[in-house]
Amino acid sequence: MIEFRQTTKSFGDHVVLQPTELSVKSGEVAVIIGPSGSGKSTMLRCVNALEKINGGDLLVNGISVLGSPADVRQIRRQAGMVFQQFNLFPNLTALQNVMFGSIRVKKYSKSEAQEVAETLLGKVGLFERKNHYPSQLSGGQQQRVAIARALAVQPRLMLFDEPTSALDPELRQEVMKVMQTLATEGMTMMVVTHEMHFARQVGSRLIFMEDGRVIHDGEPAALLSSPPSERFHNFLRHVQ
Amino acid sequence: MNFDWSVLISAFPDLMQGLQVTLLIAFSGLAGGIVFGVVAGVALEYGGRISNALAHVYVALIRGTPIVVQVMFIFFALPLIAGIRISSIDAAIITIIINSGAYNAEIIRGALNSVPIGIQEAGLAMGLSFPAVLAHIIAPLAFRRSLPAMGNQLVNVVKDTSIFIVIGVGELTRRGQEVMAENFRSVEIWSEVAAIYFVVISAFALGLRLLERRVRLP
Repeated sequence: MIEFRQTTKSFGDHVVLQPTELSVKSGEVAVIIGPSGSGKSTMLRCVNALEKINGGDLLVNGISVLGSPADVRQIRRQAGMVFQQFNLFPNLTALQNVMFGSIRVKKYSKSEAQEVAETLLGKVGLFERKNHYPSQLSGGQQQRVAIARALAVQPRLMLFDEPTSALDPELRQEVMKVMQTLATEGMTMMVVTHEMHFARQVGSRLIFMEDGRVIHDGEPAALLSSPPSERFHNFLRHVQ
Repeated sequence: MNFDWSVLISAFPDLMQGLQVTLLIAFSGLAGGIVFGVVAGVALEYGGRISNALAHVYVALIRGTPIVVQVMFIFFALPLIAGIRISSIDAAIITIIINSGAYNAEIIRGALNSVPIGIQEAGLAMGLSFPAVLAHIIAPLAFRRSLPAMGNQLVNVVKDTSIFIVIGVGELTRRGQEVMAENFRSVEIWSEVAAIYFVVISAFALGLRLLERRVRLP
């Protein structure tokens, strides 16, 4: 579903993503971990072309991120994105935030969009808060609305860029529960995170990055119980 | 001296005619200035090399010269250069649109720039084109952020119309001067002219404040 083919990304002289080979299959939950500055977020943002790759190619459902603007929009419609800072539209209520993609991207009528949005808000446990503005919601609630907003475009895969890093520890659980439900339903996911519990319990794959390279890529429980390298071992000691 | 209240009444019809011209110029300036400001502001913030450079030159030229000189140029010099004659009222309207557009452009550029990049990315990541993100996500937020500064600028447009006395446009200030030239009651006339401006501008300012409150986010 996602294929990195010698994908490279640099900002000026600084190479953030070394030539990378990686493929994520339909239904997989790939959890990406690594020290800050290791290129995790950049790698994720290359998938929906929020960062333009400099070398190699990257295919999402067979469409190249290097394609026409219409191709890029097609990829983005298939890949929902959840940001560290939520990035909800502050001038819209929770319901309107979730309806936005249905109306503007899927071209649903207002009543159809509302029906979809209310179902999704129910799914993330926020139906009663549908008329609240983002500023009237907690961080965890905002992030759950953001997940519902991304789902409203009916993506085939979801990209999560440190979805719980901006949240207080007690609010992280509610967001991870929603993500876990999605994973159980078979959604293909790429998740950049520092949550090792999530990696272990929900991830079907664990990818460890350092200095713009994929160092380890394997089954989470196996990697976490017997770290194959000193560097990975040290990293785990620091985050746990 | 004695303040002759009857002068206020006898001058009132003339001054109201002047006010009509003032409001015609002001509303043309507001509407046209917003159009110019949005086009130039978008070019400043998102334009390619050429449109960006053109917008920069436009803003620099207008902000770098006095409005009196601008209207003199359009009314007296432009006919000689381009061979087109325009009436003084048209010259006033063209000047106020071009002038306020340049100031609006900077305000709009700043407002567009203040919309967090992450919110734009949220729109792009859904698969919207940039123009759609600009129209449906950035514009409503930038509009709110621009209101206080735009309000200030729009009030200036109303006041700037009095400058067009220099090319003989029959607006409020000019009418005041004409009435005064007949009856020599400068205290009464200029008090009345000032009061009319004050009432009109206060109404504008109040309207803008109400609009600001209406669109304020929780």
